[in-house]
Amino acid sequence: MTTDMHSHWYPIASSSDLPKRHVYQAKLLGREFAVWRADDGYVNVWENRCLHRGVRLSIGINDGKELKCQYHGWRYANRTAGCTYIPAHPADAPARTICNHRYPTQEVHGLVWAGETASGELPDMEGFDEVTVLRPVPVNAPRELVAQELRHYVFAEGCTSREEADGSVIVTAAGGPSVRLFVQPCDSNHSVIRGLLDQASEGAERVAILKHHNWLLEELRSRIEAAAASMETPEPMVVTIAKVSEDLVDIPPASEDGRQAELRVQVTEKAMTAEGIVSLRLEALKGPLPTFQPGAHIDVHLQNGLVRQYSLTNGPGETDHYTIGVKREPDSRGGSVAIHDGVAKGDVLAISAPRNNFPLRRDATHTVFVAGGIGVTPLLSMARTLNSQGLGFEFHYFVQSGAHVAFNQAFGEMGDAVTIHEGLSPGETGDTLRDVLKSPGRARHVYICGPGPMLEATRQIAADAGWADEAIHFEYFKNTTERDDSSSFEIDLARSAMTLTVPSGKTILDVLREAGINMSSSCEQGACGTCRCGVIEGEILHQDVYLSPKEKAEGKSIMTCVSRAASDRLILDI
Amino acid sequence: MSRFTCKDPVVLDLWHAIASADEAVDGAISTTVLLEDPVAFTRSETGDPVVWTYPARTEPELPADPADHLPVLERYGYVWTSFGTPPPDLFPIPEYGEKDRRNIHAATFGVNVSAPRAIENFLDMGHFPYVHTDILGAEPHTEVREYEVEISEERDEIVATNCKFFQPMAAAASSGGTDVDYIYRVPHPYCSVLYKSSPLDESRFDVIAVFVQPVDQEHVRAHMMLTLLDETSEDTAIRLFQQTIFGQDKPILENQYPKRLPLDPRAETPIRADKSAIAYRRWLTKKGITYGVIPAAA
Repeated sequence: MTTDMHSHWYPIASSSDLPKRHVYQAKLLGREFAVWRADDGYVNVWENRCLHRGVRLSIGINDGKELKCQYHGWRYANRTAGCTYIPAHPADAPARTICNHRYPTQEVHGLVWAGETASGELPDMEGFDEVTVLRPVPVNAPRELVAQELRHYVFAEGCTSREEADGSVIVTAAGGPSVRLFVQPCDSNHSVIRGLLDQASEGAERVAILKHHNWLLEELRSRIEAAAASMETPEPMVVTIAKVSEDLVDIPPASEDGRQAELRVQVTEKAMTAEGIVSLRLEALKGPLPTFQPGAHIDVHLQNGLVRQYSLTNGPGETDHYTIGVKREPDSRGGSVAIHDGVAKGDVLAISAPRNNFPLRRDATHTVFVAGGIGVTPLLSMARTLNSQGLGFEFHYFVQSGAHVAFNQAFGEMGDAVTIHEGLSPGETGDTLRDVLKSPGRARHVYICGPGPMLEATRQIAADAGWADEAIHFEYFKNTTERDDSSSFEIDLARSAMTLTVPSGKTILDVLREAGINMSSSCEQGACGTCRCGVIEGEILHQDVYLSPKEKAEGKSIMTCVSRAASDRLILDI
Repeated sequence: MSRFTCKDPVVLDLWHAIASADEAVDGAISTTVLLEDPVAFTRSETGDPVVWTYPARTEPELPADPADHLPVLERYGYVWTSFGTPPPDLFPIPEYGEKDRRNIHAATFGVNVSAPRAIENFLDMGHFPYVHTDILGAEPHTEVREYEVEISEERDEIVATNCKFFQPMAAAASSGGTDVDYIYRVPHPYCSVLYKSSPLDESRFDVIAVFVQPVDQEHVRAHMMLTLLDETSEDTAIRLFQQTIFGQDKPILENQYPKRLPLDPRAETPIRADKSAIAYRRWLTKKGITYGVIPAAA
């Protein structure tokens, strides 16, 4: 077993092996692959194993956007293979590092090609622009033996054969067609012959061609297997399964790095999606984009030095780009204006990987979404997810007027579940919300995102109607509460065995960073939840809008970017 | 050097269930495979089961010399034996002796998997909505809530308590779903006992035990024993129910790769719901078990 073999491309399936919503099991050099085509046409070639308990993903369910494991329903995204949902813990966003191993793949000439570490060009296929893919023929023999014997394949008068640089064989009939034969080495003593005929065919003619070659290849197979039987059977190949990342061993996953702009994306579309709202389609300059989950946001680092958070509006399986919506806020500090006026199609932006502090539970029997204005963006991604999984929901979208409805096309997919409420006064909005939220219940959840006053009102209405604190989920765009940073206090870091002083005018986050402690953050104004930290002891002066009243009362966590100690000292779980 | 194929001293010294007690019959010799070696059993004239090994591909004959018989126990409706020096008795299941209960041998299932993978499946609640859909669970009610796990030093067993799972049709009388309470015990590396709130008496539990017979490192026979408060259901109905459940698990178990349970913490991705499985893997590591597992690299 040489690494050279692993860097080659091999055909591992015919395109016709991947009909809609199917998962195909392939094997190459002893390693099993789960091969599946998403509804957008992309072919995924993954390790045939769920990261959780090792169950074959080839017995999983391809829903067209994600592959779902049969054992515990873990979902893995098209293209990125990142885990998007762990049903046993519906309130948690899976760690970004839970990502299945994917292998290089290409689909060309009616065949799916893959290789463990394949890189570079596929074999030169000159003369095979139009093809008929022959039926694959499995052979119980080592690859080398099969490859040798391919030269003796004869399918018509006066066949001549020649070996190509990649090890495949082209057999040409006198003045007639050519067949190119490849060997897929499944294991040390198991190969598959995959052939292409250099002419397209259909209907009865195709069937006749397939039968003819299948019969002759079966004969060749018998000869090869007879030869193999007299040889010693080689030991099966041993494959190593990559270990999962170290930070997944201990629960919960370790925190990520601080405010980073690790990705470079190009703006490939910029369009007005509603009055005052522009939508941007962002595509990676290199490689795939990291996996996102519904509710996730990214930091966008703007040319003027500002960093802004925008929610992704993508539906499940839309993994080749991110789409964000940005509202022009003339009185803001300049982030939205910079995007509206300063960013053009073709520009390159620095962004963070998606973070999800607003995870969507999918264990609700019914979910109510309440969106106000541009607050629609995270909820849109969530609703598209539930819609795709066939889970019940209703979506209430409050806008000034019909012209202010963003992402119309995506809402079209959801039919009757969506109600647009246009131009209501605050009083009318309240009445509508009281009606919408009148029936709380077991396994019913409400998600709210919109301007501060509307969000406050909706939370109050939901609480008054009897919705439990745990059933009300919300995300603020920004923290508009007045914040006090005049106090001075000490923080003990329980796991790092350090004591630090937070002086007035500085945040806990500032002090931690000065001490060299890497702490994730994003909005840095107490709205997004990224810099959340556990509190073991001490009274907290909460100044964020992320934690729910119940979570604030429990006093077990703090937003280190804005909140402070109400006592002299806090013991933090860092 | 042991005369047995299995070289794991811990596993050799364990008691292993090899057949339901009613398969051991005076005057008839039955056979099975334990730890890769052929084993024969019968029942003597005095009514006690007798177990011995015999050479592969031969007709087993009862050895006249009792020194050639293996240790034997008859407990919980099964015949148990050992290839080493087993403890004096098995772990206790006190409910088995309660007078108002029915003890039923529900099934013996052959499964193409290692014994520890089968035990982990038995301990797992997260798969109910996906594998036992509309029986033990149903989407979207998929949450595994926090539960407690401890390793009892005194009894050398793992106990998971306060386990609750939402079940759509927990009992015939229930209208809509209910939370069902579970307690799990792992008193033996290849055996587990679960206690499930009884639909008939809230203060008591139905008990379901699985005794996994390791045929080899990657094949088992799983013996399922029930001790129930149910007085009305027919044995056949109860067996069919358990066999349906087990029949749903079997294809999943047989598609786990690798078949042996990896003990390296980085081989698979645990979540909070897997607390009991994590404790089980650590317990096996601490015991130094190597049979049916892939030990963590030292």
